[in-house]
Amino acid sequence: MNKLKLDRRTVATARRLAAAAGRPVVDLARSHTTVSVERATLRLAGITGADPDGIPWVNRLVDTVVEQVGLGGGVAGPVFDALQRDGHQDLTLLAQKAAAGSVTFRAETPAAAKRAAARAVKTGLAQVDRRRRERDRLIKRYGDPKQRPWIYLIVATGDIHEDIPQAQAAARAGADVIAVIRSTGQSLLDYVPEGATREGFAGTYATQENFRLMRAALDDTSKEVGRYVRLTNYASGLCMPEIAALAGLERLDMMLNDSMYGILFRDINPIRTFVDQRFSRQVHARAGIIINTGEDNYLTTADAVDAAHTVTVSQLLNEYFAHEAGLEDWQLGLGHAFEINPELPESFRLELAHALLARELFPDAPLKWMPPTKHMTGDVFRGNLLDGFFNLAGALTGQGILLVGMMTEAVVTPWLSDRDIALQNVRYVLSAAGNLHEDFTPGAFIRDRAHTVLGEAVTLLRQIGRQGLLDAIGEGTFGIMRRPADRGKGLDGVAAREPGYFNPAIEILDGPSWTQS
Amino acid sequence: MDTVMSAAVIRPYGDTTGDGMVQVSFTLPLAADKRGEGAALQLAGKMGIDPAMVVHARPIGAQHTFFVVYGRVNHLVEPGKVVVAERDYPLLSAKEVNAAIRARLRRKLVVVGACIGTDAHTVGIDAILNVKGIAGEKGLEYYRECRVVNLGAQVAVAALVEHARAEKADAVLVSQVVTQRDAHLTNTREMSAAFREAFPAAKRPLLVVGGPRFDELQTADLGVDRIFGRGTTPREVASYLIHAVGAR
Repeated sequence: MNKLKLDRRTVATARRLAAAAGRPVVDLARSHTTVSVERATLRLAGITGADPDGIPWVNRLVDTVVEQVGLGGGVAGPVFDALQRDGHQDLTLLAQKAAAGSVTFRAETPAAAKRAAARAVKTGLAQVDRRRRERDRLIKRYGDPKQRPWIYLIVATGDIHEDIPQAQAAARAGADVIAVIRSTGQSLLDYVPEGATREGFAGTYATQENFRLMRAALDDTSKEVGRYVRLTNYASGLCMPEIAALAGLERLDMMLNDSMYGILFRDINPIRTFVDQRFSRQVHARAGIIINTGEDNYLTTADAVDAAHTVTVSQLLNEYFAHEAGLEDWQLGLGHAFEINPELPESFRLELAHALLARELFPDAPLKWMPPTKHMTGDVFRGNLLDGFFNLAGALTGQGILLVGMMTEAVVTPWLSDRDIALQNVRYVLSAAGNLHEDFTPGAFIRDRAHTVLGEAVTLLRQIGRQGLLDAIGEGTFGIMRRPADRGKGLDGVAAREPGYFNPAIEILDGPSWTQS
Repeated sequence: MDTVMSAAVIRPYGDTTGDGMVQVSFTLPLAADKRGEGAALQLAGKMGIDPAMVVHARPIGAQHTFFVVYGRVNHLVEPGKVVVAERDYPLLSAKEVNAAIRARLRRKLVVVGACIGTDAHTVGIDAILNVKGIAGEKGLEYYRECRVVNLGAQVAVAALVEHARAEKADAVLVSQVVTQRDAHLTNTREMSAAFREAFPAAKRPLLVVGGPRFDELQTADLGVDRIFGRGTTPREVASYLIHAVGAR
């Protein structure tokens, strides 16, 4: 598809510049570790459960190891060394003893302990692999959605036992993908809560048990509706790597996983974010999970026309980081959004130009198309019309994943009837005009606008290349947020890898390309 | 205009003065059959809509039905008796807040925020301060003319005072979610006492506290300048801050 007549050389230049800007950050990620990467590794090795205060044993264990021998050598070595010296097999028991202060850890790890650690992590990754094969089987059995884009709906009650019937109802009403919104503030918790949860703020905590419950319920519904219903959650915030691991273990299908969102919007330290992100993406690659990136968020803070090229730049960076971590094109739900002020003349044509640019730059990626939020008002009638145009733009430009817009956006969390009206809107547009892209050839206005945005993206990428990505972020290039590399939350959980750094999960994930057998 | 203002009673307007016509929609947990429709009419009647017409009934799943009802409402509106709760400061947009800060302070407004005591719930302070914000409104970090220092959770009162001094804070925002044994009240009193001790009255930053369980009228008792309750948005806080700082 080359409806925009994009210049191939400009596109190649943009990719080359994104890679050049991203490479130093990858080097940084490969030379550091974080408490969350180490905790994710131990979770893959089988540790579970939490202390009576709800703090996971994996946190207690990693904190104790870091206190005694530091973080830079990796935590798996000291842990398995202590386990072997102690003569028992159970990590959770070791964590309990360590929390009570009765375990001494050593920095030097004997080879036998390293082998034991590698075996344990391999068992966890084998479970991730099994889950992936299980998904493939279920998709074969029940089938993929008949139409593109896939219809993506959100549930967010705070109570997993309320979320489940709502998610099942949404799937029966036509949702192909269910996202369970997380509780406000979970991204800033430096631990993953444990167990089934019934209290959240404007969302439901991401926990392994909640993942398991919802996936099992949607498996039942998949069978009932005769199509595989996908489940989405958020691998973001301070526990990004751990949540990615839990998602792999419990067969989640999509994860929100942006390269810069936590830095810009949650003030999480940039180095922490990039290190955590690389590990989480490696796990997603292995688990066959589709990531969703968060470019739509830039357009909620900045103007959607002025900042259109920052979306393109971020998509190119997200693509580079994703490929580097082993994700394939079909796993890249690169984000963008319908956020241009509807009062602006020709706003819909501009939206089409931006959406088509993303489509043609990333022809094999299932783009994630986000509905209007910024210009939604309490006028629900106008909101429903705007959502209709959003749906039409999605169909016309071949978007892969369509997050269903609600006319009550900015008014209330969606009611049952809001969701029903929104789905009627999507169904009408897709049935009336789902194949209109066959007849749609953009004219000069849309082509020129797309070329302009791509040109601005290349200019910005050159500037980032000169400056370095971390400095660019530090100086407020994206949105208006200045986020220096030595500030932000979670920095105390970052360490440079020492010469003897040992992490069996990273050794396997960094190893020769894994192929499905 | 005069006639409208002086009318003692008015009714909703459909297409004729005084026709009283309204349109409402709602969902009932009933199947979409005759009984369901009858139930919708019954609700409309109890809402004062008579006669009522169910113009649309659509099943949502097997157990719910969405209704749209048009009809004449028999209630009267008395404009003269409307009481409006006036906010004691104007609610400004982000742009207006920025302009007001530039005009009144000629420098950035400095806000230091924290959760104090053992409270680790930064939900409130983050909703107000982080760019992400809440309910579609960006937090104070998004305001170009605000400089925000968010100290996060479990900040000791003494450390908060020191940071406020070092940053030359115009305002200190504290959020408290945990209310066990009235911890939110104890912590707030401790905080306000510490600030009163550490600063002369004229130099003391504005003290603002927020959380779901505070009584907004309790400012004097707690020794703070303002209390914000559940559902407060960043814009309200920003509007208040420039109003109160500007007034000093």
